[in-house]
Amino acid sequence: MTEIFGIPVAVILGQLMLGLVNGSFYAILSLGLAVIFGLMGIVNFAHGAFYALGAFAALLGLQHLGVNYWAALLLSPLLIGALGIVIERLFLRHIYQLEPLYGLLLTFGIALVIEGCLHQYFGASGQSYPVPAALRGVLNLGFMILPLYRAWVILVSLIVCLSVWFIIERTRLGGTLRAATENAPLLQAFGVNVPLLVAVTYGGGVALAALAGVLSAPVILVSPQMGSSLVIVVFAVVVIGGMGSILGAIVSGLALGVIEGFTKVIYPEASNIVVFLIMALVLIVRPAGLFGRE
Amino acid sequence: MMTLKTLKTLTLGLTAAIAAMAGPPAALAAADEVVIGDIDDFSGNYADVAGDGAVEAIRMAIADFGGTVLGKKITILTADHQNKPDIGASKFREWADQSGLTVLLGGSNTGVNIAMAKVAAAKRIPFFAIGPGGSSLTNEDCTAYTVHYVYDTTALANGTATTIVQNGGKSWFYLTADYAFGTQLQNAASKVVEANGGKNLGAVRVPLGASDFSSFLLQAQGSGAQVLGLANAGEDFSNSLKAANEFGITRTMKPAALLVFINNIDSLGLATAQGLYLTTGFYWDLNDETRAFSKRFFAKMKKEPTMDDGGYYSATLTYLKAVKAVGSTDSDKIMTELKKTKINDMFAKGGYIRADGVMVHDMYVMQVKSPQESKYPWDYYKVLRVMKGEAAFGPITGLCSLAPK
Repeated sequence: MTEIFGIPVAVILGQLMLGLVNGSFYAILSLGLAVIFGLMGIVNFAHGAFYALGAFAALLGLQHLGVNYWAALLLSPLLIGALGIVIERLFLRHIYQLEPLYGLLLTFGIALVIEGCLHQYFGASGQSYPVPAALRGVLNLGFMILPLYRAWVILVSLIVCLSVWFIIERTRLGGTLRAATENAPLLQAFGVNVPLLVAVTYGGGVALAALAGVLSAPVILVSPQMGSSLVIVVFAVVVIGGMGSILGAIVSGLALGVIEGFTKVIYPEASNIVVFLIMALVLIVRPAGLFGRE
Repeated sequence: MMTLKTLKTLTLGLTAAIAAMAGPPAALAAADEVVIGDIDDFSGNYADVAGDGAVEAIRMAIADFGGTVLGKKITILTADHQNKPDIGASKFREWADQSGLTVLLGGSNTGVNIAMAKVAAAKRIPFFAIGPGGSSLTNEDCTAYTVHYVYDTTALANGTATTIVQNGGKSWFYLTADYAFGTQLQNAASKVVEANGGKNLGAVRVPLGASDFSSFLLQAQGSGAQVLGLANAGEDFSNSLKAANEFGITRTMKPAALLVFINNIDSLGLATAQGLYLTTGFYWDLNDETRAFSKRFFAKMKKEPTMDDGGYYSATLTYLKAVKAVGSTDSDKIMTELKKTKINDMFAKGGYIRADGVMVHDMYVMQVKSPQESKYPWDYYKVLRVMKGEAAFGPITGLCSLAPK
């Protein structure tokens, strides 16, 4: 078998695929964070909690209301996104004029409350969400057996990421959103309802987290702490991509998934720190991140 | 005329007064109360293994004992160690100094329990380590006051690994949680595999709480081993087994769960967990006694007890019986009493506490039922064999200075 640096090519290709799957989750999550930070200046520490809420909404919908996976893929982000809008109106809007640190503390507090409530009602063990019947098979790629569901995750992630990038960078709505971050009072003077725009933006970012939650529900156990470890990695991804850069979040999400995948083969013990190592390097060389504006 | 009763009251009052003058109210509490402390993970990964359920089990044991011992009130204190050894140790110290603690029950997490064992030795307070797995608690880290009650890494490996090797699973590859517990478990299993004529082909050390296990699993598959040894616990175990199923790895490799609690099986569902071999110190559906206990437990907690919940109940009863037999809460007398008395309750039959602190009792090697075999809710395990305590926990190693080989 052909080898590169002593590792069989089949293994490299396999890890590349798995890296892309994990990178897809990173991309959707970091995209939501980047949207919220880029357009609102809020460091949303509650992102992991919304991710868990998205998964729980899908699980409860299935168990109690018979809402299947496909409906949950749409309904759960809508529901949790709406909750995001309520939270923005009730709490976040009061702190825009303060330092970013306050937003970070507030959202961190919200995350603790959400995770605490989930813990109280559902316990720590977590529950299983079945893989939808249509996606249950496997794909034989020759070099590896890829579960169909994982391929689906990559597909959804690419579609969602590109759509969000297109909306924000290429449409009139996106233009208005970006104008709101540049000069909100002026935009307001043109008759645009800026507070509504901001609330919907936060809701949109939160909905992306919830979508990632629904996508991951069939893959890992749905549990209150499912987001808390992931959110730290995702923050590093956003910093590497450049805080607030949409394209940066997508590209670095996928790339870091792949790099992490290779680390798992070469030196598994380091797989949970490699992302932070890269973050440190990027901060030294390009403090604004790979795609950020200096 | 001074009656005996007034004399008693006077003495008691005087003792109390002296104690109060001496400063800490602890002595006062200790004089007329038995204080049972429980330090466990109440909010993290392992909160469902013992946690609130274990506190209920303590309450049940106290109620079954009659509510008081030697006419003294029995109080329960609980604290969340948040899986941090320093929090566990300092809470224990605080209770020992200020709350008149007479016994401590330790919940999940080997690291925290090792830290608490050191406090038990310093404060000379009986310490029942119920939730942790690390067998170092009765070897390198043993103390005269530690009792390791429910299971340890040696017993888990002896049960699960022996059974699988004897059933033809000769070559092993391990997925190991990268911390003290994971490595102790992997080492214990490796030894058992070799001793039974099997081979260890390798291991991959997985950082605790990894979000995806598929990369590690493909490496395990690439090793060509017959058995996938899961030297991890809790959510890591559940997520790795779930991914192993998804990637079809369970079709070519037999998964071996080195530490599983019944709540993990409930989370995963039988469709995913079926066929799994595991070792446990207690199962709710073993016999009429365990079923009677579990029925009462279920009425309160809406779930069946784990082996730790059963252990908490039994340890509380064992301690209270010792207090009654000794006639006081004197730690040294109680430890002597504990080490010479057999333990017979719904959890253990003929169990005994060895010089090194291991509570030697029968362990059960189980196989998880298939969805078709399961006839009623929580009907998850079938007993493959009952392992005698001596076979499960092995001989005294000599690593504990209290128990020479």
